[in-house]
Amino acid sequence: MTKLLASARRVKTGDRPLTFFALILPFLAAAAAPILTRILKHNAAWVLALAPLWIFSHFCGMLGAIAGGGTVSGGFDWIPSLGVRFSWYMDGLSLTFALLISGIGTLIVLYSGGYLKGHEHQGRFFSFILMFMGAMQGLVVSDSFLMLFVFWELTSITSFLLIGFDHRREASRRAALQALVVTGLGGLSLLAALLVVWSATGQNELSTLLASGNVLRESPFYLLALILLLGGAFTKSAQFPFHFWLPNAMEAPTPVSAYLHSATMVKAGVYLLMRLNPVMGDTAPWETILPLFGGATLFVGTLLAVRQTDLKLMLAYTTVGSLGLLVMLTGFGSETAVEAAVLYLIAHSMFKGALFMVAGLVDHETGTRHISSLSGLRGAMPITFTAGLLAALSMGGVPLFFGFLAKEEIYAALAIGGGWATLALLVALIGNVLMFAIGFTVGLKPFIGPMGNAPKKAHEGPILLWLGPLVLALSGFAAALYSPLAHHLLSSPMASAVAGQSLTVEISTLPHIGAPLFLSALTIVLGIEAYLTQAKLRAGMVSLLAAIGWGPDRGFDQAMRGLVRLAVRVTRIVQNGRLDFYLTVVFIAVALALLVPMIMFGELPSMPSWPDLRFYELTVMAIAVIGLGAVVYAKDRLTAIVSLGIQGFAVALLFMLLGAPDLSFTQFMVETLSVVILALVMTRLRLAVTEHRPFGQKALDITVSTACGVAFALLLLKVTQLPFDATLSSFFEAHSKAIAHGRNIVNVIIVDFRGLDTLGEISVVMIAGLSILALIRVRAKGHEKVKTTRQEQAPCEH
Amino acid sequence: MRTLIFRTAAPYLSSLMLLFSVFVLLRGHNEPGGGFIGGLIAASAFAILGIAYGAPAVRRAMYFHPMAISGFGLFLSALSGLLSYAFRVPFLTGLWTSVHVLGVEVDLSTVMFFDIGVYLVVVGSITSIALALEEREDG
Repeated sequence: MTKLLASARRVKTGDRPLTFFALILPFLAAAAAPILTRILKHNAAWVLALAPLWIFSHFCGMLGAIAGGGTVSGGFDWIPSLGVRFSWYMDGLSLTFALLISGIGTLIVLYSGGYLKGHEHQGRFFSFILMFMGAMQGLVVSDSFLMLFVFWELTSITSFLLIGFDHRREASRRAALQALVVTGLGGLSLLAALLVVWSATGQNELSTLLASGNVLRESPFYLLALILLLGGAFTKSAQFPFHFWLPNAMEAPTPVSAYLHSATMVKAGVYLLMRLNPVMGDTAPWETILPLFGGATLFVGTLLAVRQTDLKLMLAYTTVGSLGLLVMLTGFGSETAVEAAVLYLIAHSMFKGALFMVAGLVDHETGTRHISSLSGLRGAMPITFTAGLLAALSMGGVPLFFGFLAKEEIYAALAIGGGWATLALLVALIGNVLMFAIGFTVGLKPFIGPMGNAPKKAHEGPILLWLGPLVLALSGFAAALYSPLAHHLLSSPMASAVAGQSLTVEISTLPHIGAPLFLSALTIVLGIEAYLTQAKLRAGMVSLLAAIGWGPDRGFDQAMRGLVRLAVRVTRIVQNGRLDFYLTVVFIAVALALLVPMIMFGELPSMPSWPDLRFYELTVMAIAVIGLGAVVYAKDRLTAIVSLGIQGFAVALLFMLLGAPDLSFTQFMVETLSVVILALVMTRLRLAVTEHRPFGQKALDITVSTACGVAFALLLLKVTQLPFDATLSSFFEAHSKAIAHGRNIVNVIIVDFRGLDTLGEISVVMIAGLSILALIRVRAKGHEKVKTTRQEQAPCEH
Repeated sequence: MRTLIFRTAAPYLSSLMLLFSVFVLLRGHNEPGGGFIGGLIAASAFAILGIAYGAPAVRRAMYFHPMAISGFGLFLSALSGLLSYAFRVPFLTGLWTSVHVLGVEVDLSTVMFFDIGVYLVVVGSITSIALALEEREDG
């Protein structure tokens, strides 16, 4: 870090160290969480919540500057040689997201303190959720592409940990893996998109990209970049047909659902689309693909929500629907649509977060989330009821709540006539009606009517549990009440950032007569109808889905099973466990790689003249040849191994005579050790003392080995016949003593000039040693079980 | 291979080889030698001892688990590279100093510790493979 700070440059505005601190604080808190939790038990939540609270207040300090039309940016050089910086850029969009993340994050930390009270891994949970918060925080304020990508992937990884938190359950593990696979694939797509954008525009920072105007839109790579980008955004934001991972992720503890799957992570895709709207939007593909997929997601998500009987699953599917709505609005891209998307995003984060927490609270206190066993809790849980009802009113778009503003703006954006818009309006209407019904099913139905037959006797939860939903639900009310202020500070700057031009959001809770108001009223009337007849709707959906019988979720399983089957089949072919097969393939490949190019390009060496050899050199060569002959004609394996040693020693001797003492030295030792180790391996293998190969095998082996030998001989001859490039050797000769204080050039290269290579090599030596050790142990323990010979591969030689 | 002559000679032979391996390691920077070769010599020394007296004797003689020696070697090499950061030069830059011991000036360097690390990794890994193989099924 000190290095980063030291090399800072190009600082624009703002309190740089503090913002940097705000970015790493969640990770610091995550590191401290397990210890704090051990000391303070669940009350550690109060301390840990200070971290996001401080971040929230830090970002609040920027509200004024950004509402005034400014931006805050800063950063440090990260990898200067590649032009990569650790930099952040905050405008209305980033800031609103940052405030939602840290604000809701504070409440979620408190809520998890109550929700997982007494859980043996509560500290770990705090750690994960704070790490996730840090990742999400980094994602929305990132300026450089690399940072954006790194944080994007971090959200995938931390969400994997969170969804799989209850790792003893099969369903959790499956859901976690599914989320990781889907969002991880999307992450790769995003990486490709960013690289394409980088090469097409030459920009690798969002701030400069946003200032580049039409460059990206006019680039021939626009469509490619867009499709790759959507691959990332649609998977993260659970757009149809990638929506299935989100409801499955409800296996996670409720604080996770409330945080990741309503307010933050799933909105990362929407964030990305909104972020790039100024430079990528307003084109035919953008305005076709986004509304199409968004609309389909809204439609499918809300319909599937109706079918559910589990409170959390209902909310999960409406979240899918809401994300679809946001994508659809972003795709429309008109000023009103952007404003509507912004308002709905803010409203949704508050009411959905609150409703999830209410659902979790009800589950925590009654022991069930099944809608048919829940009713009549109003007396036992008055505060929860208040929070749930307020959130449901906002979700339903009832006047005086922030959701109403959002809904009005949505209808204003879509009620403009024309085929596309009318279809979208219809979809939005159906979606809103169903979401109205679901909102009240979660926020109202468990609390009214006669007492249900829940497994546990319900009573109000502790303050840690009800504080979060209540604050969020009330803020949805307050934001509407003080809508001019909320618009000034949040909505307008955010809408301006999304649209790429200055926009002012003006909608207030005062009803204004017109088509939107009529549509809102219609939504409420139809919503009440849907709420009352939901049992019938549910039955209808269940039978419809049973008729279809297949969905992307099952498709995912099939794809994964197919992948495993394919991997098994490929492995069987490529890794059939026969060492002789491997060696044959390798040596055939070596012979072909050497011979084919040499013959094809006519690069065969010319016949060398007979060298002037001394008699002792000839003798050593003769020894080598005799050693080889002994290998071939040896009667048993042990003799063959030792004979191979003779040949090796002869070659080492040749190296010595020809002036390469280091090489010769090493060759001697390697030969010695390989004979020893090979002999040991052979004694363990319990093979027949002699071996008989069938004639066909023998012919093949002779051909392959002759081809390899000839190919290497030709290659070496050719190499010696080419002019020798002495750049490197003269460099080392000149500098070995002067810079590295050593006369032995070989050693200086190993330990100094190419030290990093050596570090890598010794790591490989050690890993190879460990794996061989493990394999020998496997063999020793499971005499009968593991019978293949592949464990005893020759020890690694250098 | 448990002949009397071999068993009598083995301890002397392997002690000498070990000593020689350290010598080869240390002279490596200026003369033929170095950590890799030194490590191989030391590994053969242990192999000889193992053939003569069996694996348990070698394990006792080595005191530490060979893989632990290997791990320490890797750690030492990496550490000597990291030391460069303390002097604000890139990773693995060789740093030199000289100390006076008993009136003799001795050059010390991170490079030397790096090479010692290489030596330990090679000794540890190869010996542990050889020992594991020698221990047969009774191990």
